[in-house]
Amino acid sequence: MNELKSLIEALIFVSPTPLSLKKIIEVAGESYPHKEIETALARLQAEYDTPERGIYLQEVAEGFQFRTKPRYSEWIKKLKKIGPSRLGRAALETLAIIAYKQPITKGEMEHLRGVEVDGIVRSLLEKNLIRILGRKEVPGRPILYGTTQRFLELFELKDLSSLPSLEEIRSLSDELSDGESE
Amino acid sequence: MDYKVKLDIFEGPMDLLLHLIRKNEMDIYDIPIAVITDQYLEYLDLMKELNINVAGNFLVMASTLIHIKSKMLLPAPPVDEEEEDPRLELTGPLLEYIQLKEAAIQLNQRPLLYRDVFTRDFIPKEMEGKEEGLIRVGLFELIDAIRKILLERKQDELIFEGSPLVPIEDKMEEILARLKQKGRLLLTDLFPSHINKQEIIVAFLALLELARLQKIVIYQEIQEGTLLIYDFLPPSTVS
Repeated sequence: MNELKSLIEALIFVSPTPLSLKKIIEVAGESYPHKEIETALARLQAEYDTPERGIYLQEVAEGFQFRTKPRYSEWIKKLKKIGPSRLGRAALETLAIIAYKQPITKGEMEHLRGVEVDGIVRSLLEKNLIRILGRKEVPGRPILYGTTQRFLELFELKDLSSLPSLEEIRSLSDELSDGESE
Repeated sequence: MDYKVKLDIFEGPMDLLLHLIRKNEMDIYDIPIAVITDQYLEYLDLMKELNINVAGNFLVMASTLIHIKSKMLLPAPPVDEEEEDPRLELTGPLLEYIQLKEAAIQLNQRPLLYRDVFTRDFIPKEMEGKEEGLIRVGLFELIDAIRKILLERKQDELIFEGSPLVPIEDKMEEILARLKQKGRLLLTDLFPSHINKQEIIVAFLALLELARLQKIVIYQEIQEGTLLIYDFLPPSTVS
């Protein structure tokens, strides 16, 4: 089991994007039973989940990835010379609309926000956070947009269903509706 | 002065309405439509006066407001004709908008890659580039502040001629030079008591332009509400 655990650790370490369980099984499945691989993965995850470690093993975008713990972010930014976060409020709001209402057209986004979204949609496409899903079968056949794997990675989401539902948010925003919580 | 600010303002009529509702602590389910319509139109006037290009959707919302207001003034229909509150046309979209804003806030509170957590890769190009919401305090807060300044000066003679106007470019230079020297400025530093209305507008436009060019960021102190202007430090590229 220890050998398998170290092997999985090594595989995840060398992967530039989150490594899926399917991929791990593809590589190690001939030598180890699937069930054992899953157990080893869970144990590895638990081992990193201690204060002695600076990194943790996170399931994100339907795969596994090592990430640095949030409490070290300032030091890492200093090391890597990273500036402030690059997603503005307008971009975030549009992204939230797309995440919750996808597949969605630009016209529908504009209807919800009350402003045009051309520039934001373009920049979200460039950042690979959204993608074109197809066309809506209505007059004009407008383009439909949705979020990408990259979006899940950026916001540490396992999949789209791990977003809180709009109903959960509604009850929250009712409480907050008389104060901006930004 | 025919310098028009063409700001990529992402804040639209919905944001302005929300701003007014919150500022007046109105009940969103029972919006005093006459009051909010007046205030909304007052804002549009002020924005025009400040030479901000008022986008068409602001005007669409204005006509919606006026339409609802006039409907509310009509005598109530006979009791057997159940007519719905015309304000629903406003409340529905506003509630949905609040909800999506809240969803965005919650997204932003997640452990965000390259802000809170990091992986072994380098910072990809896709996360560089232009940032949209640089006026941290938001356009409407800035307009509010300018409006207050203009109102305070109303009594004084707001002369439109007099000293020759400083071009906006020069004003921008001046603000940057002062920032370089002091590190940060109070908004009120830029509007000393002796300057006239025209100069106030020039300074305001210079601020907007600098914010758009990402040369400055404007923050608001939470407790006292003072607006502060800082140099914008562009992120260095990752080596």
